[in-house]
Amino acid sequence: MSATDDAASDFAPDVTAAAEQAHDPRPRPKGRTDATPLIDRYAWHELAAIYAGIALFLFFLLAPFIEGFLVSLKPLSQLFSSPYRFIPENASFTAYLTMWQSVPGFARYIFNSIFISSVATVIVLLVVVPAAYAFSRFNFKGAGLVLGGFLAVNMFSGAVLIIPLFRLMRSLGILNTYAAMIVPGVAFLIPSAIWLLRTYMIRIPKELHEAAYMDGAGYLYTLRRVIIPIAMPGIIVVAITTFIGAYAQQFIFALTFNSKSEFMPLPVGLFAFFGKQEVIWNELMAASFVGIAPAMIVIIFLQRYLVGGLTAGAVKQ
Amino acid sequence: MRTERSTLIAWAFLAPALIYVLAIVAWPLVQTVILSFTDASLRKTTNWVGWANYDKIFNATFATVITRTFVWTFFSVLLKMILGTIGAVLLNAAVPGRHLFRILIMPPWIVPMAIGIFMWGWMYNGQFGMISGLLQRFGIVDGPVAWLAYGNTAFWATIVTDVWIGVPIVTIYFLAAIQAIPKDLYEAAWTDGAGRWYRFRRITLPLIVPAIITMSMLSLIATFNSFDIIWILTQGGPNGATTTMIIDTYQTAIGSRKYGEGAARAVVICIFLSLFSLAYFRVTRRLHPEGSK
Repeated sequence: MSATDDAASDFAPDVTAAAEQAHDPRPRPKGRTDATPLIDRYAWHELAAIYAGIALFLFFLLAPFIEGFLVSLKPLSQLFSSPYRFIPENASFTAYLTMWQSVPGFARYIFNSIFISSVATVIVLLVVVPAAYAFSRFNFKGAGLVLGGFLAVNMFSGAVLIIPLFRLMRSLGILNTYAAMIVPGVAFLIPSAIWLLRTYMIRIPKELHEAAYMDGAGYLYTLRRVIIPIAMPGIIVVAITTFIGAYAQQFIFALTFNSKSEFMPLPVGLFAFFGKQEVIWNELMAASFVGIAPAMIVIIFLQRYLVGGLTAGAVKQ
Repeated sequence: MRTERSTLIAWAFLAPALIYVLAIVAWPLVQTVILSFTDASLRKTTNWVGWANYDKIFNATFATVITRTFVWTFFSVLLKMILGTIGAVLLNAAVPGRHLFRILIMPPWIVPMAIGIFMWGWMYNGQFGMISGLLQRFGIVDGPVAWLAYGNTAFWATIVTDVWIGVPIVTIYFLAAIQAIPKDLYEAAWTDGAGRWYRFRRITLPLIVPAIITMSMLSLIATFNSFDIIWILTQGGPNGATTTMIIDTYQTAIGSRKYGEGAARAVVICIFLSLFSLAYFRVTRRLHPEGSK
């Protein structure tokens, strides 16, 4: 039990926020107008070293995006010229227009990606909300074991189970359909979603359940009318992380279980484009950036709700 | 009586998720083991072959693949931990702009993996890619280096990309661990005249060791399973230089349609993964004893 509980805290997203809050009201040196505590004062060379370190670190993490973006602006002729030039000369957004013709079905790939992620998210929520409710509300034998079992799913990737999954998809007759990508994907999204939502639901006071029970409400009614509304911020966070997970995960299943181009999600659609002998790099990069956009838009929403959901603590105690 | 009924209800609420995962993860796992003892392929008939698949795969080539997987995983996890620790310490420094920097480290983690990997594919391009281009510009290498074309460089190139994807989450986790350290420890040491490096070595590092161990175990499992990066960049090539166990299994099972042999390879992976998970649970239990919450 302790192991599973600890693992829950490992994945709980509120650690940073909580630590930040506990950290911020630092003792301030008295009689100073400058708010920075003495211990956090840096000599100029320390400051320079820190900024240099951060710059290097960020460069490593962001270089592919910077380079990718610059490439998307370069005309092909300049792209394939030596010597290497970092900054594009006649930058233009032409690739962002021409790619719609060169990557046939590009709009379709984006639609497929969003569609697959959305359906997967809905299915995950449908099975995860009652399951998280069960884990947070009831103390029953085997709860710890089942929770641990869900966690164990996280240790397998789809690649390990690809053979039986392929046969399963074939016998279900759903190879080369959306379902072949959604059905296995959902299974790998359920465990994290349960763990995350459970930590939200546990914070809902037991008295609320009791009160609903005393008023004669059934469990299903309580879940629907009491728990779900209160846990909404948590459910939204889970929905968003699941959506992102589903968007990021679309590779191996889509690569293996679907060969029809009209159902391909963006990563696999672009991979086919990537695999061609003469890759039109500026368009590939432009397509990648447009493809990232939906995920990025979701992230912007995530930040707002994540903060709101965490600070509200799901419910006032 | 009420407890019995509520237990039943609890299982009812649990049932959809449980059945789903059992059907799509647990049952296929069992099937993998069963398949590994058959000669299943695209042919209609399937026969029991006993340990023949295992006999067939345990040879020098497979031993090389296992060693390669461990070396690949080891360096990838090691680099993630080192960079994650450095990143967390840097981002913890009370300098202006740190909140922005903490957001700026996220993209590799947030962006769909495959798309980040495409960008690395271009970076590694020998003729026109950024790495080769900049190295030539600064005169570090003489001519273009096609990173993915040679076994040795491809091996390290895939590791670097894997580290790139893994570092953000490791950094954030370590940052949280650092911020959970009581501030009075630092203040006490500071009052006694301890320098920054001393405080890092004697306070920060020892106190985040549990976080480092926990994260490296989790990272080990994830890295061992890494598929997308290698498949997109090299498909296990050149000449098998980046063929890890996962890639090898996929090639055997899906590429050559040898389900039985592929399943035997998958079983070997599962055994390693189970050992890692067991170690993870034991270690976390020791690091965070009961009642620490």
